[in-house]
Amino acid sequence: MTQQAEPAVTTPPAPGPGKESDGRTQQRPLALRLLARPEVGVFLGAVAVLIFFLITAPAVRDGSSMANILYQSSTIGIMALPVALLMIGGEFDLSAGVAVITSALTASMTAYQLSMNVWVGVIVALIVSLAIGLFNGWLLVKTGLPSFLVTLGTFLILQGVNLAVTKLITGNVATDDISDMDGFDQAKALFASSFDVGGVNVKITVVWWLVFAALATWVLLRTKYGNWIFAVGGNKESSRAVGVPVTFTKISLFMLVGFGAWFVGMHQLFSFNTVQSGEGVGQELIYIAAAVIGGCLLTGGAGSAIGPVFGAFMFGMVQQGIVYAGWNPDWFKAFLGVMLLGAVLINLWVQRTATRR
Amino acid sequence: MDRYTPRSRKLAPMVAVAAAAALTLAGCSSSSGGKQAEEGGENASAGKANTPRMTVALVTHQAPGDTFWDIVRKGAEAAAAKDNIKLDYSADPNAGNQATLVQTAIDKKVDGIAVTLAKPDALKDVIAKAKAANIPVVGLNSGVSDWQKLGLMEFFGQDETVAGEALGKRLNEAGAKKAVCVIQEQGNIGLTQRCDGVKKTFEGTTETLNVNGTDMPSVKSTITAKLKTDSDIDYVVTLGAPFAMTAAQSVDETGSKAKVATFDLNKELTGAISKGDIEFAVDQQPYLQGYLAIDSLWLYKNNGNYMGGGEAPVLTGPAFVDKTNVETIDKFAAKGTR
Repeated sequence: MTQQAEPAVTTPPAPGPGKESDGRTQQRPLALRLLARPEVGVFLGAVAVLIFFLITAPAVRDGSSMANILYQSSTIGIMALPVALLMIGGEFDLSAGVAVITSALTASMTAYQLSMNVWVGVIVALIVSLAIGLFNGWLLVKTGLPSFLVTLGTFLILQGVNLAVTKLITGNVATDDISDMDGFDQAKALFASSFDVGGVNVKITVVWWLVFAALATWVLLRTKYGNWIFAVGGNKESSRAVGVPVTFTKISLFMLVGFGAWFVGMHQLFSFNTVQSGEGVGQELIYIAAAVIGGCLLTGGAGSAIGPVFGAFMFGMVQQGIVYAGWNPDWFKAFLGVMLLGAVLINLWVQRTATRR
Repeated sequence: MDRYTPRSRKLAPMVAVAAAAALTLAGCSSSSGGKQAEEGGENASAGKANTPRMTVALVTHQAPGDTFWDIVRKGAEAAAAKDNIKLDYSADPNAGNQATLVQTAIDKKVDGIAVTLAKPDALKDVIAKAKAANIPVVGLNSGVSDWQKLGLMEFFGQDETVAGEALGKRLNEAGAKKAVCVIQEQGNIGLTQRCDGVKKTFEGTTETLNVNGTDMPSVKSTITAKLKTDSDIDYVVTLGAPFAMTAAQSVDETGSKAKVATFDLNKELTGAISKGDIEFAVDQQPYLQGYLAIDSLWLYKNNGNYMGGGEAPVLTGPAFVDKTNVETIDKFAAKGTR
């Protein structure tokens, strides 16, 4: 309270509204304001992890190793983006992990069983993926159930359907190799190719990841739709009262996750030629973890698109860094957990320190 | 009914769109690969027995969607079809749940039970109950060291450790110096035993590597990372066919000198062996395990026979598949039965 009294004595009242100086609305130093942003905290956490592994694992210093880490991060990161947007919008999607495999299975089986150009399969898979998102969103809006329950249901349904339908159609639990079919090379070029940068082989998913992140950032910060996402995540009722189309926003966010699942599914299909129907279980938690590490609130209403990029990078870095460092593989999961917790704590500490007055 | 009228009006344009889409799609057929190119393979058929209908339960510790177990099941189904048996297949990777499934089979008063012994202790009590109910029980796949202790009549499988040892010896013959054993499911007993077996007989160094088996991109990155860290690695040993294919991609991309060998087979893998992308595979003939387990129960019921004489296990592996014999196996693998 003394602070308030002081300026009144030493400086005369501010002449205009632009120059407030009573201490309450005073601009804090730029560095502190930056640190208070969630994505800066996770950025520092990611840098800390990177430096840690650069020191402990010499192999990481190699350019091609970094490309490998970025590849792993990108396959997590592409899905973490829509999952993060959905989380800002106040909802979860537990079916995101198996939905990736559903999409890949659909594309592969459609093309193979009907002997069609693989692009037909790719389009059908897109429709199916968007439909799953639509279903999740529609059920959520219609029933008012928590998204945790709704998507837990679809998670289990998809897991069973993946297995049963694959078995029914192909007679096996994995799809047939489609690498010799028409259009495969084109699709591979789009979803799963790689290119050289200064002698380092970089996967195209890394580029897509950054493009999608830029796009998501723009949508969140510069468009009306972005405002809607924050609004429905913050308070559904009051945002509806001010005219935000809550139903549309929620359903479209789920469909966006469907789109992400489609993209990653296509990547998996065109880089490995076949898909195992039992895969993908557990991945949804990794996507959610990447978004949360990236500063998205579990309760919705706050977060960014750039944070999850660093969150996914941190995940990829830790996962592969442990291998590069050559640590005892039995401890792998434990290391992963400790590193992630550590990184999140750094993130939290940075934010607290920066916002303290 | 009138409630539906508006819907059918809405339906008409949708049907039109669908029809148009179908027409467009018709122009998109692939001229290579696909179902069209797949050879129509006849399944092995050996007629059908005219013995009275019986019911047999096959209870395994399969994880959902595993290619390997799919082949076991196909073998069991083939035997069931031939022997006029109704096959009840159930599976759960959790040992406690698997015991419950065996109990369910006992309650259903089946004529025979075939069970995998991944965690023998968990199944001890329920197998004793089956015996008390006069239901013959045979073992398959895992549990080669425990089946007699638990009082099973017969056993069909391969000792995982023995298979690992055989692979280790094979690596010695190939002149390998350093191998990495890729475990796709951390903590799985059978997988650990395979790697331990390799370690036991292989004269070079064996390292293990845990990968996240439910996420292929992650498997690929991790194997790539391992190969980059250690350029001395000259053999990558995977414990399942799909992971061998991915390991081959990693080796290719890192330009490593390493070769790939694997446990278990599938149809993509036999192609990769004939192309030389993968050196060899150790096959434990899962089809045979499923087939013999069911067939043995039929033989016991109808003729009182014991395979292995009730004393020794019937070993179904380790059988090696490499360039020299892959051609004969390829056509069976394509059907998903090898």
